[in-house]
Amino acid sequence: MDMSEEVLQQASPGLIPGSGTARAAKPTRLSPSFISWLQAGPMMLVFLAFFLIPLVFVIIVSFWDYNEYQLLPAFSGRGYTDTFEGCIAQLPDLCTIAKTYLKTLKLCFLVWVITLFIGFWVAYFLAFHVKSKTWQMGLSLLCTIPFWTSNVIRMIAWIPLLGRNGLVNSGLVKTGLINHPLEWLLFSEFSVVLALVHLFTFFMVVPIFNSMVRIDKSLIEAAYDAGATGFQTLVNVIIPLAKPGIVIGSIFVITIVMGDFITIGVMGGQQIAAAGKIIETRVNALQFPAAAANAVILLVITFLIITMMSRIVDIKKEL
Amino acid sequence: MTETTKKTGVSRRTLLKSTAGLAGLAAGSGAITGFPYVKSADAKVLRYLGTAVNEGDDISKQCLKDTGIKIEYITATTDDVTKRVMTQPNSFDVLDTEYFSLKKLVPSGNILALDAKKIKEFDNITPVFTKGETPGGKKIGNQGTAPWKVLYLEGKDSKTFSKTATEFVTLIPTVYNADTLGIRPDIIKRPINSWAELLNPEFKGKASILNIPSIGIMDAAMVVEATGKYKYADKGNMTKEEIDLTMKVMTEAKKAGQFRAFWKDFNESVNLMASGETVIQSMWSPAVTKVRSMGIACTFQPLKEGYRSWASGFCVSKGVSGQKLEWAYEFVNWFLSGYAGAYLNRQGYYSAVLSTAKAHMEPYEWAYWMEGKPAEKDIKAPDGSLLEKAGAVRDGGSYEDRMGGVACWNAVMDENDYMVRKWNEFIAA
Repeated sequence: MDMSEEVLQQASPGLIPGSGTARAAKPTRLSPSFISWLQAGPMMLVFLAFFLIPLVFVIIVSFWDYNEYQLLPAFSGRGYTDTFEGCIAQLPDLCTIAKTYLKTLKLCFLVWVITLFIGFWVAYFLAFHVKSKTWQMGLSLLCTIPFWTSNVIRMIAWIPLLGRNGLVNSGLVKTGLINHPLEWLLFSEFSVVLALVHLFTFFMVVPIFNSMVRIDKSLIEAAYDAGATGFQTLVNVIIPLAKPGIVIGSIFVITIVMGDFITIGVMGGQQIAAAGKIIETRVNALQFPAAAANAVILLVITFLIITMMSRIVDIKKEL
Repeated sequence: MTETTKKTGVSRRTLLKSTAGLAGLAAGSGAITGFPYVKSADAKVLRYLGTAVNEGDDISKQCLKDTGIKIEYITATTDDVTKRVMTQPNSFDVLDTEYFSLKKLVPSGNILALDAKKIKEFDNITPVFTKGETPGGKKIGNQGTAPWKVLYLEGKDSKTFSKTATEFVTLIPTVYNADTLGIRPDIIKRPINSWAELLNPEFKGKASILNIPSIGIMDAAMVVEATGKYKYADKGNMTKEEIDLTMKVMTEAKKAGQFRAFWKDFNESVNLMASGETVIQSMWSPAVTKVRSMGIACTFQPLKEGYRSWASGFCVSKGVSGQKLEWAYEFVNWFLSGYAGAYLNRQGYYSAVLSTAKAHMEPYEWAYWMEGKPAEKDIKAPDGSLLEKAGAVRDGGSYEDRMGGVACWNAVMDENDYMVRKWNEFIAA
């Protein structure tokens, strides 16, 4: 949400000069600020109708009561108290929700670190080593290949590769490196992280690449002229200037992974807890207020992470 | 979560042809006064909400041919069907759903019971539904939401299930089956005869159960009971302590690495089994057939503790009345008249009215699917693909043996809310 508002604010000043020339040709009484509101209006309305209002409903419903077949519009904290059930009583053991979030955060962190590492270098290669625009475009499109298949197909495709009798295992057994197939290759945290990285590295590549191509090449030349090593240039010039891209890419990856339950479910053999999975189970059991309460908790935690990240980099300033 | 809207196999052209006649009739009768298109579009169409089990293009095509009713399928998972009835009761006409969801659907008031007197074959419906016994007189287990417990309502708009037969039927029965564990006999290489085998350490990392909480916990309860740890009063309606106990056993097994993966959808179960990732898991009959049709040995293993059964049937949305309600009755009557029943029987399910389905099947097909006799000829699926070679015998045998061996039915527990929370805890453990 934050980001799109930034985009809006960015977009409007750029458009005002255009409307200024229109005014020169045909004088009107509309003030520039009214025009920028008008320009931002449609997007704001879409946000209001499809994001803010539904969100308000989710928050309201999260405080309702429910029975087997309907919502009871009376104030109740049941959705929340049920969710945190046993969090104090079970100490020092962790309660369900704490375990779930720890697991989700762990997966999220691993995926973030790996996608950032891979994404950064792919973007670096595309921005600084590929000279032709056509090739840059073509190679970026290649990064979208993981999105060409559906989740079901992907699940089917991983089994012959990583499964007990899959390519990797039979290859390793044949070369004599292992005696028994490795069970942890599939339906494990490893396979979840692998699949998520495979899917979402693209979301890192695009914004980082976008930041990198905007870096003035003369800055890099200047760094070399001043005697900086390649590593010093990277740390002192390229990374600071690519920061907005890094943060935007990180926000994409973190928000998606925090809410994901399909990939985690499919690749984790449905045995790994995910914040989104709790919501799904609740919705399927028609316990909407409990699902809404969990959604609010997820939203708050994700929001906290993003706030922390935007503390590190002021995107508004950098864009 | 996936939801697809199936189109029936009717082309625009055939639809135009069939409606053209109606339009002409309407024009001739003076019904059209300047808006001809509106009338002609008002063809006999029923929006049919259900899971994929009963929905086949062949069924809708035949229905259009026989009755002129065009069926528009809205296909969803069991959970999503229930959700849709609750939240969008006007988005469908005919509902095809399972008996266990009635405990949620009936109190919501979003569905209408049908009148038994208007169902031609109602008296011929198998006693499995009406009396809780097989046609041969075997008593069927009544744990869980057994259909006969929720078949009748006390009155037309009543929200109370009637203990005795009334004319107000919650769901007109259509299809049902008895589920058990599927196994890979080629890998296990020894006889399996108890649900307890699911947690046998011999199959560590090679077992799986269904990740639909209300059904998964029933399978878990079958296992707990088979291991002799506990005997439930009603597996389909556990107390909180029983839920705790069941989940504790399952959690220990999960932590010990017993389960390879849990599955939620038909294809997942087929892939797990076909790839050898699992060798023993809860499964559905057509999924076993699918694995077998890939040339891989797979048995829908009868077990001494019995089967977990499910059943579904038809009702209508509360928004359906007048002419549309008549079409709904016409459709339900058609569905029970044999073609659809034979179609379902040939997939390994069972049809509600056995006599009409039998009339639509070849004697050798009936002998194989329903009487548990060796196949005289190759057994083919409704689409003509080969299912079993001549000489094969159906797993579990005859209708009497399979339905007579049912121990419990899919259910929604009174403690459903607690159970769902415990299930989440189980997944997180």
